[in-house]
Amino acid sequence: MSGHSTYNPSNGFTRWLDARLPILRLSHDTAVSYPVPKNLNYWWTFGGVLTFCLGVQIITGIVLAMHYIPQTELAFRSVESIMRDVNYGWLLRYVHANGASMFFIAVYVHMFRGLYYGSYKAPREVLWILGCLIYLLMMATAFFGYVLPWGQMSFWGATVITNLFGAIPLVGESLRTWLWGGFAVGDPTLNRFFSLHYLFPFLIAGVVILHIWALHVTGQNNPAGVEVKNKDQDTVPFTPYATVKDAFGLSLFAILFAYFVFFNPNGLGDVENYVVANALKTPPHIVPEWYLLPFYAILRAVPDKLAGVVLMFGAIAVLFVLPWLDTSKVRSARFRPLYKQFFWIHVVVCLALGWCGAQSPDTVIAQVGEIGFTVTHLARILASYYFLHFIVLFPLLGLIEKTKPLPESISASVLGAKS
Amino acid sequence: MTQKMTKTFRIGFASKLVGVAAFGALALGLTFGASAPAQAAGGEAALKHVDWSFNGPFGTYDRNALRRGYKVYKEVCSTCHAMSMVHFRNLAEKGGPEFSPAEVKAIAAGYKVQDGPDSSGEMFERPGEGKDPFPSPYPNDEAAAASLGAAPPDLSLIAKAREGGADYIYTLLNGYEEAPADVHVPAGGNYNPVFAVGNGIIAMPKPLNDGQVDYTDGTPNTAEQMSKDVAQFLMWAAEPKLELRHRLGLQLVIYLIALAGILYFATRKVWADQH
Repeated sequence: MSGHSTYNPSNGFTRWLDARLPILRLSHDTAVSYPVPKNLNYWWTFGGVLTFCLGVQIITGIVLAMHYIPQTELAFRSVESIMRDVNYGWLLRYVHANGASMFFIAVYVHMFRGLYYGSYKAPREVLWILGCLIYLLMMATAFFGYVLPWGQMSFWGATVITNLFGAIPLVGESLRTWLWGGFAVGDPTLNRFFSLHYLFPFLIAGVVILHIWALHVTGQNNPAGVEVKNKDQDTVPFTPYATVKDAFGLSLFAILFAYFVFFNPNGLGDVENYVVANALKTPPHIVPEWYLLPFYAILRAVPDKLAGVVLMFGAIAVLFVLPWLDTSKVRSARFRPLYKQFFWIHVVVCLALGWCGAQSPDTVIAQVGEIGFTVTHLARILASYYFLHFIVLFPLLGLIEKTKPLPESISASVLGAKS
Repeated sequence: MTQKMTKTFRIGFASKLVGVAAFGALALGLTFGASAPAQAAGGEAALKHVDWSFNGPFGTYDRNALRRGYKVYKEVCSTCHAMSMVHFRNLAEKGGPEFSPAEVKAIAAGYKVQDGPDSSGEMFERPGEGKDPFPSPYPNDEAAAASLGAAPPDLSLIAKAREGGADYIYTLLNGYEEAPADVHVPAGGNYNPVFAVGNGIIAMPKPLNDGQVDYTDGTPNTAEQMSKDVAQFLMWAAEPKLELRHRLGLQLVIYLIALAGILYFATRKVWADQH
C-alpha cells in the first residue's frame, strides 16, 4: 500500500536533507499522503487515541518520576507529597493514573474493532501480533505502575501476581525469589518495578513503530473488509481526511478523559490504595484494576493454581494465533451473520468475566434448591466459553457459515450506502 | 444486504458516540461492581448521603464548616489520631479553611515540636511553625496500640481510603448504638454497625457528644453537626486541591466541547466531497 513516495522537496534545504536523511519524506509518506480507505468509521479513530494516550503517559510519567521515591518507607509519602506540594502534582498524578484506564478503554475498543472487522486476517497477521504484544506490554507496565504508590492494593497485588510464578514446577520458588530480589515483596522489588515501569513504555513505543510500519505495508482494513482495488476510487489521503477525523474523535475521547481526571479521579481506583502498604494486614478483597479483572476471574475460576496461571496467560496467548484459528475467508462481521452474533456474545462474556473478577468468589448468585450457584461457578462457565469462542467457534464458523455477498470494492460499498 | 450496510453507515456517527459513552459507563459499572462487596461485607447499615457543598462539578468546600471541623479534629480526634501528611501551612492555603497567616502562626505555635540535631548534636524543642506537619499523638503505631488497644488510623487520607468517603465518616460517627442481644461485644470494644470491617465491633468509643466542642460562630454544637463538620474537614485534608481541580476541569471541558464542535464541522467540510 505504501506504494512509491509522492514527496516533493520544495526548496534547496529540503532537497539537500532528502538526499542525506529522508526523514521529511518518511513523515510525508506516513502522515500526509498515506492512502486511507474512504469507508473507515469512527471505530478506526482509536489508533490515534492510543498514540495520544501513550504520549500522555510518558510525559506525565517522566515528570512524576522526578518527584517519586522508589523506597518502601518513602514511596507512599512521596506520592502524597506530589499530590499536595508539587505544583500541579495532583493533576499530573490524576492524569497518569486515569490515563492508564483511558489507555485500556481505548485498547479494548481497538481490539474488539479488530475482532469485529477481521483485521487480524491475512495479510495483517504480523500487524495483529504486534498489537497483541503491545497489549501484553501494557498490562505489564500497568501492573508495575500500580505497585509504585505502595498502598495496600499495590503491595498485595504485587504479592498475588508474583506468587503466581511460584506455581511453576521445579523452578517456581527460585524464580519468585529472583523476581522479588529477596524472600518477600520489599524494597528490591519496588525498586526494580520502578525501573521496569520506566523502561516498558519505551518498549511499547518501539513496538508501536513496528505496528505502524506493518500497517503501512498492508494498508488498513476497513468496515467492508475488502482490499483496496483502485487507490484513486477507494482511498483518500491521510491528511486532511483522516487527520481531521481522528482529531475530532480524539476531542470526544478527551472529554471522557477530563471527566474522570477532574470530576471523578478516584472512581476507577480502589480505596484500599490510599492506605499505606502493610505486610501484616491483608485487605478483605484483593482485586486488580478493572482492566485486568477478566483475566483475574479466569485465574480464580480454576481450582488448581498452576492450571489457573496457565489458563490466565493462555487467555492472552490465544490472541496471538487468532489469524490461524479463523478459517473464514470473509473479514468483516457485516457479511458474517453467525460470527456477528457470536462476536457480541463474546463481548458480553468478557464483560461478565470482568464482573466476576471484581466479586468475592464465594458470593452466591442464585440458589438452586440445596446448591448455591456462586461467582466461581459462573466464572468457570464464562472462562470455558472464552476459550471455546476462539478455539472451537473460530475454526468452525468459517466452515459452516453462509456469508453474505461482499461488495465489489470499497468505493462500491460507499456508493451503495449513498444511493 | 446492501441496505443493512447502508443503515449501519448512516447511524454511523451517533452510534459511535453512544459506543464510547457506553464503554465508559461499563468501566464505571465494573468499578462500582468492584466496590460492592467491600460495602456488603459484614455491615448492614446503609450510608447516609449528605448533600455536601463539595459534591458535583461546581462543588467547593464550606469555609466555616472546615474551620469548625478543624476545631473538632484538634480537640477530639487528634488526641488519638495522627494526621501526619497535613501541615499547619495548609490551613492558610486557598481552597481550605483559609485561616489567616497570623492565625496559622498562632495555631502552630501552640504545639511543641522536636527539632534538631543542633550544632552540638542535641535534639531540642521549639514552638511549631507553619512548615511543620500536624504532630502525631503517639511516636508510632505500636505505641498507640499499646496505649489504646488498637492503633487508630492516620486521618490524612481517611476520606479517600474508605468506600463512601465523607458520607462514610459522617454515618460512622453517628452510627453508635446499643448492641443487639445476640451480638457479643468484647471488653474494650464498642458496637457500631457501620464499621463493616470489624463486623460492627469498633475499638473507638463514641467520640462526639452534644455540646462537646465550643462553636464560636453560633452553629449549634450537636454531635450530628460536629460529625458533619469534621467529615468535611477530613475530606479537605485528603483532597486539598479539590476546588482548583473542579475549576480547571470546568474550563477544560468547556474548551474541549468547543474544540470538538469546530472539529466536527471541519470534518464535515473536509469530507463533503467524498460523501
